[in-house]
This record gives sequence, structure tokens and C-alpha cells, in this order.
Amino acid sequence: MTDVLIDGSLVGTVSDGKTFVQDLITSRRAGKISAQVNILYNEKEENVSIDFGRNRIRRPLIVVKNGTSLLTPELIKDLKDKKIKWFDLIKRGVIEYLDALEEESTLVALKEEDITNEHTHLEINPISIFSVNVSLVPYPNYNQSSRLARGQKNQKQGAGIYALNFLNRLDTNMNLLHYPQTPMVRSFTQDIFGDSLVGGQNIVIAVLNYGGYNMEDAIVINRASIDRGLFRSTHYRPYTTEKLRYAGGQVDEIGIPPKDTQSYTLEEDYRFLGEGGLIYPEVDVTGGDVLIGKTSPPRFLSHLESFSMTANIRKDTSIRVKYGEKGTVSKVFLTESGEGNPLVRVEVRENRLPEVGDKFASRHGQKGIIGMIANPEDVPFTASGIQPDIIFSPFGMRRMTVSQILETLGGKVGAMAGRFVDGSGFQSEDVDNLRTELLDLGFREDGTETLYDGRTGRLYNARIFVGNTFYMRLKYQVTDKLQARARGRVALLTRQPTAGKAMEGGLRFGEMEKETLVGHGASLLMKERFDSDKTVTYVCERCGDIAVRDHYKNKLTCLSCGDKAKASPIEVSYAFKLFLDELKSMGIRPRLILREKYKS
Amino acid sequence: MADIEWIKTKLPTIIEDKVKKTGANKNKVIERYKKMQLDPGEAVGIIAAQSLGEPGTQMTMRTFHFAGVAELNVTLGLPRIIEVLDARKEPATPTMSIYLKKPHNTNKHKAEQIANKIKQVTLEEVTSEFELDLMTLTLKIKLDSDLLKKHSITVKQLVDSLESQISGFELSEKRGILNISTDSKDVKKVYKMKEKIRSMYVSGISGITHVLPVMTDSEYVIKTFGSNLKEVFQISEIDFTRTTTNNLCEIEKVLGIEAVREAIVFEISNVLEGEGLPVDIRHILLIADTMCYGGEMQGVTRHGITGSKQSVLARASFEIPLKHLVDASIFGEEDRLTSVVENIMINQPIPVGTGLPELIVKMRKKIAPDKKKKAVKKK
Repeated sequence: MTDVLIDGSLVGTVSDGKTFVQDLITSRRAGKISAQVNILYNEKEENVSIDFGRNRIRRPLIVVKNGTSLLTPELIKDLKDKKIKWFDLIKRGVIEYLDALEEESTLVALKEEDITNEHTHLEINPISIFSVNVSLVPYPNYNQSSRLARGQKNQKQGAGIYALNFLNRLDTNMNLLHYPQTPMVRSFTQDIFGDSLVGGQNIVIAVLNYGGYNMEDAIVINRASIDRGLFRSTHYRPYTTEKLRYAGGQVDEIGIPPKDTQSYTLEEDYRFLGEGGLIYPEVDVTGGDVLIGKTSPPRFLSHLESFSMTANIRKDTSIRVKYGEKGTVSKVFLTESGEGNPLVRVEVRENRLPEVGDKFASRHGQKGIIGMIANPEDVPFTASGIQPDIIFSPFGMRRMTVSQILETLGGKVGAMAGRFVDGSGFQSEDVDNLRTELLDLGFREDGTETLYDGRTGRLYNARIFVGNTFYMRLKYQVTDKLQARARGRVALLTRQPTAGKAMEGGLRFGEMEKETLVGHGASLLMKERFDSDKTVTYVCERCGDIAVRDHYKNKLTCLSCGDKAKASPIEVSYAFKLFLDELKSMGIRPRLILREKYKS
Repeated sequence: MADIEWIKTKLPTIIEDKVKKTGANKNKVIERYKKMQLDPGEAVGIIAAQSLGEPGTQMTMRTFHFAGVAELNVTLGLPRIIEVLDARKEPATPTMSIYLKKPHNTNKHKAEQIANKIKQVTLEEVTSEFELDLMTLTLKIKLDSDLLKKHSITVKQLVDSLESQISGFELSEKRGILNISTDSKDVKKVYKMKEKIRSMYVSGISGITHVLPVMTDSEYVIKTFGSNLKEVFQISEIDFTRTTTNNLCEIEKVLGIEAVREAIVFEISNVLEGEGLPVDIRHILLIADTMCYGGEMQGVTRHGITGSKQSVLARASFEIPLKHLVDASIFGEEDRLTSVVENIMINQPIPVGTGLPELIVKMRKKIAPDKKKKAVKKK
């Protein structure tokens, strides 16, 4: 007896599960039952699962019977002649969709020649064992799998054109490459996905050391290439605000804030605002400039305040360009939010040239940042005068990304012969053919060239591998990360420097760093390092409490001793003073007992 | 302080002796000795902590923390170091290395015999049947004579050792069957006893669950799982000068604080060397000294060394600050701000390295007149 489960729930039993399932599958292939049904006979647990519910991921496979694929050459010919369609193949039971469940009972051959009598299915194309992204990598079957995983991850981060309607969209962190190109060495899947959404350029690389500026994973880029527009991109950032309504009938006001608003900054910051409080397009702005002038009603109103003058003081909540960023206002949008409130969006655009520290990658998990922008006269050149755009370090070759070498070779053939090179997984162009073609084109068949050092003019003793590779500019750029400060904002509570780039913060000299100073006995250096929040406070020597300065009487007094106080100034970190205050809030009274430091 | 005086007086003669024996250059010896001395104010504690912390971070990243075969699986690596430094009462895997005295240590048969003697035997291991008579509330336990012979236990020995462990129950023996009865009518109690008595030890040394005589270099050493130093030392064939356990608390109880100090140094350097991350022994010595100087082993925890710090702020900055602050306020404690942590908190120079020396000015005019008088009197 075998249990029969439909979509997971038990409906009955059959006497022979195996033949039952076989009958079902044959009738499905014959089109007697829906092609969307998937069936599995689980021998171990003695049950039959029949699934036709939603949310099953299914994929098509060619059915194999008695060791031969049902997709015969005749059918393929018919398909090519457009006599039959894809759905006809499904109807005829040549192709069927399997879900994860039914896949358990199958043995799928990767290629037609691999089929044995045990096989039940055949992949439509061997490349379908890869994901969409991995399938775009040329020559993937020459690589270690982890390189493919890394390569596809880089592809997702490449700046390019991410959506054709980008002009009408307002995405955060939009990066557009100026002259995107379709890869020269490509997989046939690239044709399926189209050439419009690509994120990189075909460039010339030389595998060479360049004075240590491309050590580890760094790359050296040719300034002449950048000057001619290589890897230029535009970065867009939208700034949004909504005119909110508050309880009590108060509303945000969009307009130029009056000078008496709370937290009004320099008049200069508001200089670009038009009458409506919005910035004009095509204005160059830098960090701190106001894009949208806005005031909000005071947040908390006490009873007393609501009758006084302060009730009318509004707060400046203008939207400003982020600290450390700059750009040009490209668009100003005025719409309505979901709640029906007026909504303003200002898009700031910035042209970004490649600079030292920007991240680049090929499609083979070989990523690196620019270590140097070399002047064109210093860049190596071949006998025919070709200069590489990027000098790639031979260090990267230790990762055994054979696919990158093959792509570079294929790219060279493609560039010289003026054609695309097919690098699709498992069915790519033969490398030997590429080599002979390169030889016919007048190059060395292994892709190496005689190179001259641009700095000295001397011939390199070794022949250098030069070719064309598809490179991508990744979204990680130094301008988004670079930050430094000496003095600056502090947190209100602790008077210590703020943290993080957005807040113009400092880099924390942390616990372990502190320990190193102690270990070196650099006691006074440490005192200096940690005095960012030092304050002078007064302590009453009579009672040990913190004393206060009475500005009215211009006198130091202590709250517990009154006029008898004997207050002395001491220098401590503000965090310690705060700590004492917190102790007091716990009901603990800390007292400071002062002593002259240099008295015996 | 007495030790320093002792060193001061004895050291020259010690050097003299060494120089005479080895024929070394005396001046060079003294020069080297002076070179090796640390400067006053060197932050030895921090350096020791960093020196042990660095291999610690390495070890979390790439090691197996256990070693040995399935039954003799000893904790090693970072968990073991933490265990030692925390001065845990019981290690995760207590083990002993039992060395034997001269004639026995090369005799395989004798070593095995002693190993069997040491191994704890539970009642379960020598019985074939357990039976509970609910009518009379008696436990009937059938002993297996073959198993008894194998462990070389006589029935009388067994009865003797059991009797001391079952208070409130009567024990009688008849033709290899033990009868355990009680006056109480509590079924639960008897039932509990039935479960409990299975794991009661009848011979051997309690706590030692596995024994393994191993041939090392030129003699047999009994490695055990489970530790009971005190009982093992009672066995006459044991060489108690070399037999050790990794249970530091036991060493403290049986052999005293000096032995623990040695054991801490041995255990830590052993683990570090095993990982291939050797650390200068002076750092470990410092830590071991700090753990033991009070005469009682203290862990580097809030209950141990850190908890016994004099400064309130220093204690509060290490785990559960509120408890320390509240307790300090109840007892009206005073913080003299003499150590490192407190001075960092108030942002003052720490008394380490360059912050240690202070400027002392000789005043021409004496500040207190009465002091002057005293000074004159002394003259």
C-alpha cells in the first residue's frame, strides 16, 4: 500500500505506487492531464506526491527515453523552419517542466553524448546549470567555481544602464556609465538579455608589473584613456521632503525660511532658493547648501509657551546637500505623496571621473582598485604603438582564472577581426582556432607582444600578454568614502566627537588602541589623545560636590555649602563629569576629594 | 620585600659561583643581567595580556579545540586557556597522567593491573539483574560473579563500599543476591534509589571513568578520563612526584598553591605550544603569579583578580558596573585613583611609563613649621 498525497495532504492509497506514477507521467506526456502536475514516487517513505499548487519553481528539460533524446534532429529542423513552436514540444511530451520534487526521481544528462540508458532527461543547454549572471561569464567551464560566484557578484555591482527608463526614475544611488559597450567576448545568453542593459567597456589590458603601483590587486589606468571618456559615469542622488500636516492644524511650510527661524544657518546657504523655496535646476551645489527651504512648527508646545512669543518660532527643516558631497541640480520634481501631501524631490547629479581608489573588475572575479593614473607618456606601448588602458597585475594570475586569459585572447581576435567571439559555457569557440586566427591577423598566436617601457623607452625583456577584456566600473567609489577631520562636531550628551561619515565624525581611537599606548608607557600621549572632551569644572573642596558659577553674583558657589563654598577649578573629561551626574541620578553621591598635586 | 633583600645579598655570590663553574666573563654576565632588567614603569601586565590575547584571536579562527580519541577527548585550544584563566572548579574534560614507580613502570601487565584498580566500577557493571518488589518495597540485585571476578572484587568488599553510600536503607546479601529494603513506605524513595544505585561506585577510585595505559618513551603511563588526585596518591605503586591532573582546583587542595602556579604555567604554555603559537614564559609566569599571590587561586574574572581590585572605578569598568557602584556607595568606598583605568576615565596621566615619575621640588622654605622642629630634633 502506498499513500497518495496531493499538495501535501493525504487523499488515499494505491496498491502499486511505482506503476501508478509511471502511468500518471505517461498520461501527462501524452497530454491527458495537465503539464503543470508534478509527481514523485518516494520509495523510502512509501508514498506518492502529486503537486500542482502554486509557488513551485519549475524548469524545462528534454525527455529521454531508452537512452535517446526525444528532441530529434527533425524536430529541431521544424523548429528552425518555424513549423512548430515551443508549446508544441510540451504538448508532444518532448519537453516537460519539473519542479524540485519531481527532480528527485530523475537523472539529467548535461550533454546529448553523455546519455546512457539510466538517464531520464537531458538539459536543453548545458549552460542552464548556471544562473543568469554566471551564464554571462565567457569560458566559465575553464574556471574554479568560486571564481564564477565572485565574477557574477561583480557584474551586479557594475555601473552601466540599469533600466531603460532611468530618466524617469528617482532611485537612490544611481550610477550611469557614459558609454556602455556590449562585451566583445560574449555568451549567447547575452543576446537573449539584450545589449541595452550592459555595464562595462571593452578595454585593452596588459599583464605587467608597473613599479609597484599595481601590487596585490591594484590596477594602473592610462590617463589618456580617462581623458577620452573611459569609464566616466554620472552619480545621481535624490533628496526628498514632504509637506507634513501635524495635529493641531499646523503644517510644514515650503519656502525661503525667515532669518528668525530656529537653527537658521548662514544666509549664504539659502542663496540658490527661488521664491517658492525650491532650488533652480543646473545650479552647482556643495555640502550644506539648501536644496529645499522648509520650516516646521515647533515640536513640543507646553501650556506656557503656547501663549508666549516662542510659540511662533518655527524650526528650519530645510533639505541640504549631504556633507562632503557636491554636484549639479539636475531635476526638481513636485508631486503628491501617498497621503496626498505635497512632495518635493530634487535630484543632484555629479560627473565622476575614475580616480585613485575607485573599484573595477572583470567578469572573472578579478577585482581591484586604481593604484595609479599613469600619464600616457609613461604607459608601455607596443611596437605598433598600442597602449593598454589598464595594466593588470600578474599577481592576479595566481587565482587561476583561465577564463580571463581566454577572454583577453578572444577579445584581441574580436577587436582585430571586427567580430564578436562566442565564449558561451561548454560550447565556446575553440581556443586553438582563435590562436591560428590571431596568427593570421599578424600577431603572435599566444597573444603576447613586444612592449616598450614608456618611462625609460627600453624594451621589456619579457614578452607581455596584451589583449582586450570587458571591464566594469563598480559602484564603490572613493568619493563616497573619503573622509577626514581634525576638529568638528561633537555629540551633545557626551561632548565627544560624533561617529560616522554622514555626521562628519572622527575615527575612534578604541579600547585596543588605548591598550597599545599603555603598553608603550606613552602616558602623556594618551592623555592628549583622549582630551577631545576635556572640560574645566569647579569642585567644592568643602563638600566634594561639583560647584557652579553664579553669573548673577559673579561668584563660585556650591549648591550644598552655599556661600561657605571653597571652589577650585579642575580639568577632567566631560564624560567623567557626566558619569558623576548619572551616579547622582541613581541616588549615589560621589564626592571629589581634592589634593594639591605637587605638595608633599 | 624580604625576597628582594634576599636577591640583593645572594645574587653576587650566585653569579660568582656560576662564573667560577663555567668560566664565563663575569662582567659580561652582570652586563647582560642588567640589560635584561625591565625599566621602572614598564606596563608588564598590559604586555602580558596582549601577548596572550594575540594568539587567542588566532586560535578562535583556525583550530580544533579538542584532541585525542573518542573516549579520551581532551579540551585544548582557546576553551582550555579560558578555563585555566577563569580558575574553573572543574575542567570540561578532567584527565590525569599517572606515572608508576621504578620496577612497575616498564611492566605492561602490572600497569594494566594498576589501571584496572584505579578505574571506577559502578554497581551496574557487575550486576546482571535489577528487580523492584513493590509489595515488600525491596530491591533485588543479582550480582554477576564472572564480572566480579573480572574486576577482582569480592562480594564482601562490594557490600562494604555500598553500605556507606545508602543511608536509610538496609542491605543484606544472600547467595549473590543483594536485598535492599527500607522501613519507609515511600515508593518514590525506593524508586529513586533503584535509579541511583546503578551508578554507585563499588570499587576503584570514584570519578575516574576511563583508564588507558600508554607507552611513552620508555615507560607505561596511565592516562585517565576523570580525576581524583587525592585517592590516586594513596596507591603505593604510584610515583606521586610526577603524577599530575589537569584539574587545577584539585592540585591546589592536595599539593598547595606553589604547585598550582606551576600547573597554570604548564597548562597554558602547553596549549599554546601545541597550537604552534609559543609565548614568552615570562608573560605566563606573571599571570600565574597574579593568580596565586594571595595564597589562594584566583581567576581573571569579576570574582577573582579583577573583583579584588582596590579601585571602585576599575572594578565597575569590568562587567556589571551597577553592582559595584551601588555596593561601593553603600560602604562609602574611596577611590584613590592610583591605577591605570581610573586615570584614563578622568583623563589624567596614567601612572605607567612616562606618567610614573613625578617632579619633586626641594623647597628652600619649609612649609610646615612643626615639621622643621622635628627635623631639627632628629639631627
